[in-house]
Amino acid sequence: MKILFFVAQVLALVALAPLVSGIIRKIKNNLRMRQGPGILQPYYNLIKLFGKDEVISVNTSWIFTVTPYVVLVSSVLALMLVPVFVSDVSLNYMGDFLLIIFILALGRFFLALAGLDAGSSFGGMGSSREMFISSFVEPVVVMVIFVVALNAHSTGLQVISAVPVLSLPLIIAATAMMFVIIAETSRIPVDNQETHLELTMVHEAMVLEYSGRSLALIELAAHVKQIVFFSLIASVILPFGIARDIAPMPLLASFIYYGLKIMALTVIISVIEISMAKMRLFRVIDFLNIAFVLSVLGIVILAMGK
Amino acid sequence: MSFYSTITFLLDPLSVFFLLVILLVSIPSAVYSIGYLRNHYSPNKIRLAWVLLAAFVLSMAGVVTANNAFIFLIAWEMMSLISYFLVVFDHTQEKSVTAGIIYLVMTHIGTAFIIVAFLILYNFGHSFDFAAFKSAGQTMPANLKHIVFLLLLVGFGTKAGIVPFHIWLPYAHPQAPSHVSSIMSGVMIKTAIYGMLRFIIFLLGVESAWWGNLVLVLALLSCLVGVIYALMEHDLKKLLAYHSVENIGIILLGVGAAMVFLKLNLPVLAVIALCAGLYHLMNHALFKGLLFLCAGSVYNATGTRNIEKLGGLIKLMPYTAAAFLVGSLAISAIPPFNGFVSEWLTLQAFFLGAMNSISGEYKVFFSVCASLLALTGGLAAACFVKAFGITFLAMPRSKNAAEAKESSFSMKAAFIFMMAAIVLSGLAAAPILKALTGIAGSVLSIETAGISLSLNNFALAVPQNSGAFLSTPLVALAFITVAGICVLAVYLWAGRRKAVKSNTWDCGYYQLDARTEYTATAFSKPFRIAFNFFLLPYTKTEKIRESFYHVKSFKYEVFTTPVFRQYAYDPIVAFILLSAKRVRRIQMGSIHFYLAYIWITIILLLLLFH
Repeated sequence: MKILFFVAQVLALVALAPLVSGIIRKIKNNLRMRQGPGILQPYYNLIKLFGKDEVISVNTSWIFTVTPYVVLVSSVLALMLVPVFVSDVSLNYMGDFLLIIFILALGRFFLALAGLDAGSSFGGMGSSREMFISSFVEPVVVMVIFVVALNAHSTGLQVISAVPVLSLPLIIAATAMMFVIIAETSRIPVDNQETHLELTMVHEAMVLEYSGRSLALIELAAHVKQIVFFSLIASVILPFGIARDIAPMPLLASFIYYGLKIMALTVIISVIEISMAKMRLFRVIDFLNIAFVLSVLGIVILAMGK
Repeated sequence: MSFYSTITFLLDPLSVFFLLVILLVSIPSAVYSIGYLRNHYSPNKIRLAWVLLAAFVLSMAGVVTANNAFIFLIAWEMMSLISYFLVVFDHTQEKSVTAGIIYLVMTHIGTAFIIVAFLILYNFGHSFDFAAFKSAGQTMPANLKHIVFLLLLVGFGTKAGIVPFHIWLPYAHPQAPSHVSSIMSGVMIKTAIYGMLRFIIFLLGVESAWWGNLVLVLALLSCLVGVIYALMEHDLKKLLAYHSVENIGIILLGVGAAMVFLKLNLPVLAVIALCAGLYHLMNHALFKGLLFLCAGSVYNATGTRNIEKLGGLIKLMPYTAAAFLVGSLAISAIPPFNGFVSEWLTLQAFFLGAMNSISGEYKVFFSVCASLLALTGGLAAACFVKAFGITFLAMPRSKNAAEAKESSFSMKAAFIFMMAAIVLSGLAAAPILKALTGIAGSVLSIETAGISLSLNNFALAVPQNSGAFLSTPLVALAFITVAGICVLAVYLWAGRRKAVKSNTWDCGYYQLDARTEYTATAFSKPFRIAFNFFLLPYTKTEKIRESFYHVKSFKYEVFTTPVFRQYAYDPIVAFILLSAKRVRRIQMGSIHFYLAYIWITIILLLLLFH
């Protein structure tokens, strides 16, 4: 039963991941008084890309070919670690909260290598910036994990998600995690998904040489990574409403809570995106420092509480 | 006065562990050297290299098995001298000679500190035997113990290359032949960690918590300074040498945390932290050994170590590239490789420390330690994207790189062995940690029967952190399964992959060539700007003009200021040279004056001592 539910959960979330991006795009457009494409547009893009032939550079090696799969698999593995709807349904024996950082680093490492593989300056620029930003994101994530884990006395995701207390350190941790989400899912003010301007792009520069199904896989991986981070806030850092076991009523409540939380996150992200301008690359450090200081504050509050 | 009663050897768990690590790196390096030496040296020199290599490995084995401080020192000195000869093996190159001198001076300063510490211990134990040192550690006054600790820390720290005593490491390690670099970086600097564990923790006994705090702070400094310098470095072997500084820092994070936990009365945590340190020590020996061998193979094939002149080697040297990739993944803490497991365990140790320590300061301190370790990991990953990407991917940046050939069989065999060892030591984390728990317990004198880091043979479970597991075999299995499903699903949905080969997009202007590729300097530029308060970068531009109106060529170079060298070591060296000059004034070269000096000295002595 659990195994079936787990498999269904992972497949459903992978399938729904592009929808979240579609919703964010729609909200953004509506807030800007535009109509914008429908919320299913990311699916149309993926279907179109899967049907297309690829153009690959003569300079590339096998790294370029395997990278889309590695990136997607690393995102899916991260998703498998998160107990999303029921607090004891996840691949808990594979690893804890800390593993998620490292497993996403696997995908990022290969993506950055693939950016360099074609020999284009854009790709290299993207790789360099991506690794730059991510290396300053990692300490923030570890701090957030420490706040949440110290609160639950464990780094195990199932244990953490079974502690449904809403406390100040957790809210601080969730706020710091929002900064991380913005940086990790290439959103304004750190990066901009909607532009291909060579001076500003980060993620898009890295994948510039990709086309066809490889690009589709990488885009899907980005959607999945986004839902991993959203679920971390919704079901691990602020897990109120999560079901304890697989029973119809708690499960229904869990679905509704999860849906509401994800909707809230999409609105917050959209509002942030339309109300800010993109930062210069080197101001991103200041941006992430705010998150770091916030999470240290969370630790301090926890330490004082004891 | 007898220095030693009989020569005996010590084969307790700690020594055996270090012997194993020494052999694990030395054997593949020796096999590798068959192919490597042939291309570089004359037959006589090759024979010399083998003799030195054997003596080097033997002296390291002596260091970790000595049962007497006097024998230890002899082996230690042998190790230093033989490695000096190996550093200056290419004695015709000026760089080697300079590196050798810096190494020789620094290593002897370190040894001097160790000797002083040993003499103090001898004063209390009345023998150089370890057993006597152990009892000396118990009877010594606390103040003296603090001094001995500091002496040992500086002494062994110099050999380990912790910041600020790292100055010799990036010069000496790259200059030796590659198989020796691999042993020096992989194993020799670890003998200093052995020294710290043996003399500071096991024999002297941790006296107060600030010892551990000091080690932790120095370790964090080493991590960050090492990795930031590595990011700026474009000499492949020097880059790896700086990463040794970083990784020694990570190992010492485990050791330092163990020392603090001992004093906070958290024995289980001390065992976990030391396990993490020892595990990372073994892992670093494996992946750094492999990376140095790969760097040697690249040097062998292209004649350069400057990565700005390389590129595209993945197609010409597939084995070397695969080996370097595995090493890079392991050192960047990417799961399921071994480097990841030990970093994860170090983070776990800090988490448990933050959870179990009573004082709030320690909670914050351990959390900050963990996040700085994460920063180090992120920067290391960036550095290895640079190292692998610029060296092996895209187009060759020079003629030498375009004509590179894959290495010989013996070198490939060494790669395959080391790669297998890296993969295995990552997957078999649970059984390895089972063994390491006992070793850590014996060093810390803690009974470890009740402490288990492994849930079963495939998964780790950290004591006191219930519900947190890690299973590298499961990560690998899940990866393969999901990857298989993805490939199959894509194939079923969209059919076979249809790909057209074409040029890299060039904005429609002209044919791209290697000159338009992204360079290592450009790659590291964001980091150079972010850390400019420490790196103090400056540029030099040079215009070569044909006439006032026409600039024929333009040269632009970026440099970073070597802060430690410029502001700490250079002033000291300048002071010593100046004093030497002053002293020279009383040395006229005239025998009459010298006779006068002797006469005055004798008179003074007679007056003073009647």
